[in-house]
Amino acid sequence: MNNPLFDRDVVSIGDLSKADIEFIIERAAALKQSGPMPLLKDRLIASCFFEASTRTRLSFEAAVQRLGGTIIGFSDSGNTSTKKGETLTDSIHMIAGYADAIIMRHPREGSARLAAEVANIPVINGGDGANQHPSQTLLDLFSIAECQGRLDGLSIALVGDLKYGRTVHSLAQAMGHFKPRFYFVAPEALAMPAYIEDSLRAAGIAFEYADSLEAVVPLVDILYMTRVQKERFDPTEYMHLASQFVLRPEMLKSAKPSMRVMHPLPRVDEIHPAVDRTSHAYYFQQAENGVYARQALLSLVMNEGVLSPGGGLV
Amino acid sequence: MSEHRREKMLVEAIQNGTVIDHIPAGKGLTILGRLQLRNAEVRLTVGLNLPSHGGGMKDLIKIDDWRFTEQDAAELALFAPKATVNIIEEYRVVRKFPIGLPETFIGVFVCPNANCITHVEPVESRFSVIQEATLQLRCHYCERAFADTLFTENKS
Ligand SMILES: [Zn+2]
Repeated sequence: MNNPLFDRDVVSIGDLSKADIEFIIERAAALKQSGPMPLLKDRLIASCFFEASTRTRLSFEAAVQRLGGTIIGFSDSGNTSTKKGETLTDSIHMIAGYADAIIMRHPREGSARLAAEVANIPVINGGDGANQHPSQTLLDLFSIAECQGRLDGLSIALVGDLKYGRTVHSLAQAMGHFKPRFYFVAPEALAMPAYIEDSLRAAGIAFEYADSLEAVVPLVDILYMTRVQKERFDPTEYMHLASQFVLRPEMLKSAKPSMRVMHPLPRVDEIHPAVDRTSHAYYFQQAENGVYARQALLSLVMNEGVLSPGGGLV
Repeated sequence: MSEHRREKMLVEAIQNGTVIDHIPAGKGLTILGRLQLRNAEVRLTVGLNLPSHGGGMKDLIKIDDWRFTEQDAAELALFAPKATVNIIEEYRVVRKFPIGLPETFIGVFVCPNANCITHVEPVESRFSVIQEATLQLRCHYCERAFADTLFTENKS
């Protein structure tokens, strides 16, 4: 089987075609089904977190270990040579000499693209500043496909901070391959940036703004919630916003039975804990799926062959 | 002296080099600044608010002993997209071409995103040109797109 991901860098969701995305999602589903496989046996993966992100790091490291790979690396730049003034270019040159692939997170936008150009081994972007976090988008897509049985033609509400939310920008971009209908629910100050709207229009994707959660709940297949950062508002304003953008269980009465609530986590107070006990809550499965999506990504980048249903590489 | 003759003199008064003609009036000094950034030693003669063929005014720059390549010209494209480049040898125009917008600008502009990796690493900036409703440059590294005016109005 032809593996289009082999030996590639995964820097930006825009680098992946529709076929690439579908291929990764199928592999993620297969790996979730099959349980751990030794697809990274004898492989050494460098996990380079120039900026701390415990959640992303644990998910990647779990993925590597589940596939029998070995991890080296660091969890923040505090003790690395970056602190002593070494350039990222030099750090990556050096690490590329030690490992078989690099997973990296860095506070500056464009750092992963630069690292991918410097390294002669695959670089997987675990977040570069406010820019890209493609494995998050892949796990979102995998989760959507899993709970809805398809990606095509879904109605999706994106709720919360649509202005600064890297996650929703990449998700909107990637879902563009699958003819969705979007509903945006956001405070005016946190509306979707014009450049994202422009690219959706250019791609012929339908989207509209809705005033409240109640208005969109009955209409959608996926309610994708994000955190509205308190710091961006004064306290009274925030209280008012919170009442509009916090999901409470009674709001879900009008939802389709198959509707699922997603959230990239961590949540603060935008989803009431009682929602967790409804059949609509899907954010913890979504987080778990992060490990499968990352297993799929790593195993495809590192192996020319693809896991067959029987368990061997073909 | 006729307009035609006067312009001919302006163009041909250098022995070898490049004449950038039909620069929109007012952009001459900006282009001058860009050229000096690239080569501080080069000898430049500037004409501002000269009469233009089709009426109106234009700026013109003569550069001694520097024969522009298409790449040199492309770097000025955002500032004077309608300008023309004349290559001069022994007082004669040996080649003439319009300034064209390139597909990418490499090492020409500084990324307006202050948190872009290009500000702290030894790497040339790189922008792809996106021409849709408006002209934008997209940074190859941080992936943000910026209006052309962000490059042409603040930096000279
Ligand atoms: Zn940039």
